[in-house]
Amino acid sequence: MILLELAWRFALVSAMAFGGATAVIPEMHRFLVEQHHWIDDTTFAALFAISQASPGPNVLFVALFGWQVAGMAGAVVSTLAMCGPSSVLALAFEHYTGAHRDARWMTIIRRALAPVTIGLLMATGATLAQGADHSVATLALTIATVAVALRTSFNPLWLIAAGAVIGVLGYA
Amino acid sequence: MVPHDSQAGAPGDARRSQRLAPAELFRAFAEMSIYGFGGVMPWARRMLVDRRRWVDDREFAELLSIGQMLPGPNICNIAVIVGYRYCGWRGSVAAATGLMLPPFFIVLALGALYHRFGALPSVQGALRGMMAVAAGLVLMTGVKLAQSQPRTKRGLVFGLLSLTAVGVLRLPLGWVMLALIPAALIVEWRARP
Repeated sequence: MILLELAWRFALVSAMAFGGATAVIPEMHRFLVEQHHWIDDTTFAALFAISQASPGPNVLFVALFGWQVAGMAGAVVSTLAMCGPSSVLALAFEHYTGAHRDARWMTIIRRALAPVTIGLLMATGATLAQGADHSVATLALTIATVAVALRTSFNPLWLIAAGAVIGVLGYA
Repeated sequence: MVPHDSQAGAPGDARRSQRLAPAELFRAFAEMSIYGFGGVMPWARRMLVDRRRWVDDREFAELLSIGQMLPGPNICNIAVIVGYRYCGWRGSVAAATGLMLPPFFIVLALGALYHRFGALPSVQGALRGMMAVAAGLVLMTGVKLAQSQPRTKRGLVFGLLSLTAVGVLRLPLGWVMLALIPAALIVEWRARP
């Protein structure tokens, strides 16, 4: 049953999503593209790009992945599964530690998690680039994006729009 | 920013008496979510701190650091926690639903457009450009985060380990996290000043 598989996989990913939803994209790629062949490499990157052109939380690419696999039901199930376990955890954390939270421990945990998260984000970038960059031009566009976005503070949406224009003009 | 410590009491204690209706939480989170092109977090700050004044700067910083510490979509965790503070679990549900529901339909509408028009050469061109930029933006976020970290050998080692295990060797994330997170916590704890 595809919906159960989606629910189970995304629920697991939710509980492991240290550093946010974007950090666990390689794992989604692993089961959606490599294991089950539900989505191909390029569509995976395309759905992610589309989600970045939409308002709302980043995590919504999960809705598009679910929708691609199993239609509307897939979108609903995947989104709920991706947000459910982590939300319950956040709720429990707030409920049980709200009154006595030790800032030192939180600092240690954040410092320990940060490098792992950064490694995962880089892996996400590599996974997406693999689906997106099939020519020298697109590879150059990815590299240029890194360079421009590091030096400026444009809203990412403008850079996505610039990418779309460059693509329409036939340069990508 | 003054770090929050155990003596300072629960965040939001001063306002605990104030209660909000679920509908109010739903509306505020739906609004920031719809405005949130290219990331909801700046709008969350604007809405929660500046406009509604439900949360002050210090609390917002604490919410951000909790978001970085807990698994799951950061902004969703913040919605759940803020909702809970002001209206219990019903507030959590209202805030999270407000955050997710309206953009859920927008993103699916965009997906439907992609399926309808994705075969057109110009749309394919636009998507190729957007995909390349989106990949670059994620890499940039990683680089920027790395630059903001203290330069330690253990940070470099754990960063390279997770990148290699997940990005190159394609190992299942669960096993990688089960191995790396306890190890990173122990190393960080032992290295603390």
